[in-house]
Amino acid sequence: MKLFLHIGRYCLLMLKVFAKPEKASIYYRQIIKEIDKIGLNSIGIVLIISVFMGAVITLQTAYNFESAFVPRYLIGLGARDSMLLEFSSTMVSLILAGKVGSNIASEIGTMRVTEQIDALEIMGINSAGHLILPKIIAALFFFPILCAMSMITGIAGGYLSVLLTNAVTPGDYEYGIHIYFVPFYIIYAMVKILIFAFIIASVSAYFGYNVKGGAINVGKASTQAVVYSSVLILLFNVILTELLLAK
Amino acid sequence: MIEVKNLKKKFASKQVLNGINAVFDRGKINLIIGQSGSGKTVLLKTIIGLYEVDEGDIYYDNRVFNGTKSKFKKQIRKEIGMVFQGGALFDSETVEQNVMFPLEMFTEMTYEEKRERANFCLKRVELVNANNLFPSEISGGMQKRVAIARAIALNPKYLFCDEPNSGLDPLTSIVIDNLIKEIAQEYNMTTIINTHDMNSVMEIGDKIIYIYEGNKWWEGNNEEIFDTDNKELNAFIFASEKMKKLKKQDNL
Repeated sequence: MKLFLHIGRYCLLMLKVFAKPEKASIYYRQIIKEIDKIGLNSIGIVLIISVFMGAVITLQTAYNFESAFVPRYLIGLGARDSMLLEFSSTMVSLILAGKVGSNIASEIGTMRVTEQIDALEIMGINSAGHLILPKIIAALFFFPILCAMSMITGIAGGYLSVLLTNAVTPGDYEYGIHIYFVPFYIIYAMVKILIFAFIIASVSAYFGYNVKGGAINVGKASTQAVVYSSVLILLFNVILTELLLAK
Repeated sequence: MIEVKNLKKKFASKQVLNGINAVFDRGKINLIIGQSGSGKTVLLKTIIGLYEVDEGDIYYDNRVFNGTKSKFKKQIRKEIGMVFQGGALFDSETVEQNVMFPLEMFTEMTYEEKRERANFCLKRVELVNANNLFPSEISGGMQKRVAIARAIALNPKYLFCDEPNSGLDPLTSIVIDNLIKEIAQEYNMTTIINTHDMNSVMEIGDKIIYIYEGNKWWEGNNEEIFDTDNKELNAFIFASEKMKKLKKQDNL
């Protein structure tokens, strides 16, 4: 029953979020701020994790494909498709659910307990729209960019590991990342990250917005935001994969 | 003038407000006093619309506030200034940006005009050279001043203050009290202050409403409060050292 209560409240909150803004110019400024906070500040962590994951995927594939019957270029192909299909969209989203989701929930939750949201309401401002919509737009705008960055750096990380370890020849790796390329995989990853961006920003904002009490509850909301966002990402990953890749 | 009629509010099974009737006059400092948990904060937050009314009516200058369309409610809310207990300043914005915020949302002023108005309000609350500081970088008393400056930025008709002295030393409390009184008179605002500070009652209370267990228990001014034979109110008053002394002097 509690699940339905959350779903109902979430839908009502989203109706408020997408209501007509009081003053569009203020929203533009807020969106720029949020792009900086949510997007630009996440570039570092996404790049670092992607480089190392690309390298590890390449090395693990290389060390497990010892058979003479398996062409070596498949290592590059495996690394590329792993990055495109799963890591750069789903795994990066799970990482961002932890970093960005907890940040959104705690920021809005703190505003709730310190009566800043009440202050906005009393001024006659739609607090949900003012606080949450710019975050959702910023996430929808910047997460696909992060996804693309992750794809490039992940594949580059694999190439770097090949250069440093000789697990496979650079030529085989290069050939592998070019062969059998399916452009639709990029679209698939972008569709997924857009849905996940919406989930992360809106679900985290929902938990932050509905905080009651004090600091302990802000912490709880932050944890809930990460847990629920992650579970929803995994659930929608299965649904979207079936919808987009099934033949 | 703000009027509430038969105001009732319940949280789960707990009845917090039991049909309160009150009139808050324009140009006067109307104080709502009472012990912690008596329902005074709920009363204030219900009047400004942060809590939905279960029963009863709220009138802002004869305009019904509760149960009306949100567009109309928003219009009245633009006429309201509120000073929260903790200031409720936006901590990602500077002092000046906090005061400019309502101007940015609801006026078509140029940036310079907004800055000028914000600086005027900050000067009015005697806060200078703090424009570029963040709320976390200023004292509690200064935060209250910024909150007052933000509340008056749009020239509101109604000013609400939720325990404006909470967390302040006695001297700063008096300064804030006097500031609110001066501003309320200067702008001829209907001012409602929620407090349990008896010093405020003595200094600035033109009209006092005592809330006890969700009921309006007593109503009067800061002179009549000395002569009351209301048992619960007297118990509340005597908890204040200053009032105790004054009562003694009065008897002598």
